[in-house]
Amino acid sequence: MSFYDYYSEYKGIDFNNFFNQTKEVDILRVLNNDKISKYDFLTLLSPKAEKYIEEMAQKSHKLSLQHFGKTILLYTPLYLSNYCVNKCAYCSYNIENKIKRKTLSLEEIELEAKAIASTGLRHILVLTGESSKDAPVSYIIDAVDVLKKYFDSISIEIYPLSTEEYIKLIEAGVDGLTIYQEVYDEKIYDKLHIAGPKKNYKFRLDAPERACIANMRSINIGALLGLDDWRKCAFFTALHADYLQNKYPHMEVSVSVPRIRPHVGSFNNVNVALDKNLLQTILALRIFLPYVGITLSTREPQSFRDNLIPLGITKMSAGVSTEVGGHSSTSSGDSQFEISDKRTVEEIKQAILAKNYQPIFKDWMSL
Amino acid sequence: MDNLIIGGVELKSRLFIGTGKFSSNAIVPRVIESCDTQIVTMAVRRVDLSSKEENILEYIPKECILLPNTSGARTAEEAVRIARLARALGCGNWVKIEVISDNKYLLPDNQETIKATEILTKEGFIVLPYMSPDLMSAKRLVEAGAAAVMPLGAPIGTNRGIRTKELVQILIDEIPVPIIVDAGIGRPSEAAEAMEMGAAAVLVNTAIATSNDPVRMAEAFALSVKAGRLAYNAKLGLESNLAAASSPLTGFLHEGDK
Repeated sequence: MSFYDYYSEYKGIDFNNFFNQTKEVDILRVLNNDKISKYDFLTLLSPKAEKYIEEMAQKSHKLSLQHFGKTILLYTPLYLSNYCVNKCAYCSYNIENKIKRKTLSLEEIELEAKAIASTGLRHILVLTGESSKDAPVSYIIDAVDVLKKYFDSISIEIYPLSTEEYIKLIEAGVDGLTIYQEVYDEKIYDKLHIAGPKKNYKFRLDAPERACIANMRSINIGALLGLDDWRKCAFFTALHADYLQNKYPHMEVSVSVPRIRPHVGSFNNVNVALDKNLLQTILALRIFLPYVGITLSTREPQSFRDNLIPLGITKMSAGVSTEVGGHSSTSSGDSQFEISDKRTVEEIKQAILAKNYQPIFKDWMSL
Repeated sequence: MDNLIIGGVELKSRLFIGTGKFSSNAIVPRVIESCDTQIVTMAVRRVDLSSKEENILEYIPKECILLPNTSGARTAEEAVRIARLARALGCGNWVKIEVISDNKYLLPDNQETIKATEILTKEGFIVLPYMSPDLMSAKRLVEAGAAAVMPLGAPIGTNRGIRTKELVQILIDEIPVPIIVDAGIGRPSEAAEAMEMGAAAVLVNTAIATSNDPVRMAEAFALSVKAGRLAYNAKLGLESNLAAASSPLTGFLHEGDK
């Protein structure tokens, strides 16, 4: 059974009806249980659960302490190329957008690596647009070869690959995969991914599982909150994480909850997730899947990020540039989206310490 | 003297502590000082030689014995590689084997743990394997050369106490090497309970690291471990379901004796 079969069992849920029937007593019952079901999780995502956000926060904090302690792992994305053959309505990299395109040479990658490593970061996330011409797998392998000298953990956030290609990248030194389905609703997915290989919904949906089969060490999935009702996005992301963790129990599974940010694209029909909605999502995720990591990017503003530290977040990006070559070059390529928290690694480190949490720079190494 | 001997080393303290989950590295030396521990475990995966400030090894006093653990290993092979890495990093010969291929409950894989123990003892390591309390697995670990066996009281981080009490007691009674209760101990009273049962030592991390005052909590654990050990050595009074009244109801039978 693939995730699509599993997803198909749930995609017909009448969310509005479920939320209308949710009673306050249901929320209290869920909060009193140690282990909760998928539907209990949906109960915590309901509009009525908003009233119990403090109780959810207390529970989420306790579970986070138990599973992850007072620690936050830091990493930064490294953009290698912004060439892209896809036409996605919400992304600046869209092939039709007139932005400054660039692919880093191996020498430029080394300069970026040096600049990032000098901030103390040991975990890196490599990103590209989707272009087998400008950033093929062989190029990523060469890049990883350079980056290995500077970092202890290398994750990738690139276009979906075959199992064999994931195996090649793991052999090259990659230990983590981040891939977002963006939106689980197939109709919306089809509408927003206007043209290009990304139009293949199922190939993308099964990518995390192919990486599990390839024996990747960690997987990070997510949906772009705002492309659809955030409650649905959160529900199916959690369902996906739960499916992967149950089928591949050795995997380190984590989820991201990115909200859509200003971009150079045509999509403007955003289902806005407010701060309180994002908070509710994070708390509900932590309570449903206490052992799953939750990643928070610099898309979110600094004060909000700082406040979320004790509430379930396990991994944060720091010292971020979403421009290709943005860490070391003056002539970089345009960014994928605008970031919000622009603090340096040192500033974020101090902010975490101020919350009485420990910023972790290294949590793995190549064996 | 009632010292514990592991791998030929005599230890005064029977409290081992972990260094994960703390709000800062800086608090670790204060915790170690307050509980007077001699054995400190740390995840090799977290050792960061590139930064003095971030390197946990910088915060562990030189007189402590380092017990690098293989946290993150999912197979025997990975555990072996991490142990060798620890030795190459200068962390000494002691190693706590952790092989966990279940990310949900973080329960150890006994079979892979036995395999890793076999390999590493042959390479001269003093191996302390973390395991699910199972008698046959414990016996195999001893055969493989384990210097001590570390059964869990409850899943890591849960602070739920010694839920595996009956099974741990069997290991204490049957296994010839020291039994160290690791994981699950959430309160000093539970550490005392383990020691009263006859455990050779306990390892505590989450309960200290995530308390509001880790330094005082570490001291509380040290005291309870000592109390539990003293009680064990003094032999606890017999437990009975029946009360022993100070004025027995059948005393009249002996009235004629006076």
